[in-house]
Amino acid sequence: MILENNFDLKRMASQVRRDIVRMVYECQSGHPGGSLGCTDYLVALYFKIMKHDPSFNMDGIGEDLFFLSNGHISPVFYSVLAHSGYYDKSELKTFRKLNSRLQGHPTTHEHLPGIRIASGSLGQGMSVAIGAALAKKMNKDQSLVFSLHGDGELQEGQNWEAAMFAPFNKVDNLISTIDVNGQQIDGPTDKVLGLLDLHEKFSAFGWDVMHADGNDMDGIVAALEEAKTRTGKGKPVMILMKTEMGKGVDYMEGSHKWHGTAPNEQQLVQALNQLEETYGDY
Amino acid sequence: MKKYTYTESKDTRSGFGAGLLEAGRKNKEVVALCADLVGSLKMADFIKEFPDRFIQVGIAEANMICMAAGLTIGGKIPFTGTFANFSTGRVYDQIRQSVAYSNKNVKICASHAGLTLGEDGATHQILEDIGLMKMLPGMTVINPCDYNQTKAATIAIAEFEGPVYLRFGRPVVPVFTSPDQKFEIGKAWMVNEGADVSIFATGHMVWQAILAGEKLAEEGIDAEIINIHTIKPLDEKAVLKSAKKTGCVVTCEEHNRYGGLGESIAQLLSTNTPTPMEFVAVNDTFGESGTPEQLMKKYGLDSSNIVDAVKKVMKRK
Repeated sequence: MILENNFDLKRMASQVRRDIVRMVYECQSGHPGGSLGCTDYLVALYFKIMKHDPSFNMDGIGEDLFFLSNGHISPVFYSVLAHSGYYDKSELKTFRKLNSRLQGHPTTHEHLPGIRIASGSLGQGMSVAIGAALAKKMNKDQSLVFSLHGDGELQEGQNWEAAMFAPFNKVDNLISTIDVNGQQIDGPTDKVLGLLDLHEKFSAFGWDVMHADGNDMDGIVAALEEAKTRTGKGKPVMILMKTEMGKGVDYMEGSHKWHGTAPNEQQLVQALNQLEETYGDY
Repeated sequence: MKKYTYTESKDTRSGFGAGLLEAGRKNKEVVALCADLVGSLKMADFIKEFPDRFIQVGIAEANMICMAAGLTIGGKIPFTGTFANFSTGRVYDQIRQSVAYSNKNVKICASHAGLTLGEDGATHQILEDIGLMKMLPGMTVINPCDYNQTKAATIAIAEFEGPVYLRFGRPVVPVFTSPDQKFEIGKAWMVNEGADVSIFATGHMVWQAILAGEKLAEEGIDAEIINIHTIKPLDEKAVLKSAKKTGCVVTCEEHNRYGGLGESIAQLLSTNTPTPMEFVAVNDTFGESGTPEQLMKKYGLDSSNIVDAVKKVMKRK
């Protein structure tokens, strides 16, 4: 499904946020906070920015690819894939339940269409995305690779191995995005292990660094369009995307407390009242 | 005892280098990655012939393993190269999540395995890698015994779909297998048929088992020697058949006695046909600096240790 205008993208984001809250409520586990914060980005990517095929081929030759490194925000990923046509949205009700293809963290193991690598153990996705981007270059495939990472996740050292590799090797068909929500399990990133100036850090490593408001659909669409024009110029592109954890559900917004906590029944109702059903609940 | 001779000695890692070049010639999807050890892994010939299919990753093994996983998504067959220690323990979680659990067609090629790395000492002499890799569901684990077998195994894993751990070594050792052998993953090789004891050996220990077999023959003991180059999946049929015939077993490996080939065979035998066993392996300790020969002797991994183990196990029949 392609949504041409930003109005429809915003309506889809509302539906995806409803799905996220309902999925996490039903199994009383999962990560709503980061999922809600990254909803606008993933909706923009899958319904407008990326050229992709929901009939799904693992090798993804000739299409744009996306890698979710911070796999714990699986609810948003699963909802977006379902509404994109990779599988029926009724499958969302199996999230985190026994015998489901929708595992707690995304995996290829259960052959869920749309997933190309397992993620959850943090810090691995940027390397995977670079590998896929290198394969595209070797295959003379002009399409792009996108990846998303948490800001807390940058505390994992492997990211900096990858961050050093990509510019040095001119991996310029890659658009990575950091979800800068400033929160992690034990509290604000500034209190746990400060990230300091990410712009300076990635610039110093050789990336073409951009900024975006990840919770403004017009802003994130424009940023991703701009990022695409910056590919093919010798540098990988990095979008530092400011988001609010829990965006769209007032009592979850801006707090690390909803990183990995499910709402109760009353909180569910309260949340759904704030999110319009637009493309049909699963 | 069947006679095995050799006219030359070579390192198994050079067999890997030769196999990689040939695999690269056979299939254009074969690509290689290396973490700053091109010379040690003998990758120079591949790089010279296929410069665009080689990726120098620097000293960043975690990045290398996950980039290899990403490369498979575009249909590539990546071979990663570094020492066995940095190929396994250092990157266990990367292999577990991005390669094994994700079922990616990555070939993890590991040189300088075991004690025979020598003078660098225990920081580099991994003796736990077979165990780490065989515990991963879906991982194939191969430990060839000489130059020719390593070359053949390298070519074979390029044609096999799925994650593989290929373990080989640093020192120059006798070349005694056929240069034109066909390597069958998961199929044991009968080195010598015998009746009194079954010796199952892998890697550098196969030559030691042959030397032990010759000494035993002089004393009238008829040893069956089987090369288990593929530790996982284990050739269960070959192991059970031999153990039933001889009634006692010795396993030989340049690895910790925990987690290695011996443990796999013990599990198989105990659940099918309980058989007396002895283990020629490193006895749950780290290595140290020394020459390969000194270390194999000190840690109980030479042919005389195999002879002693055979005599001991035969008494328990």
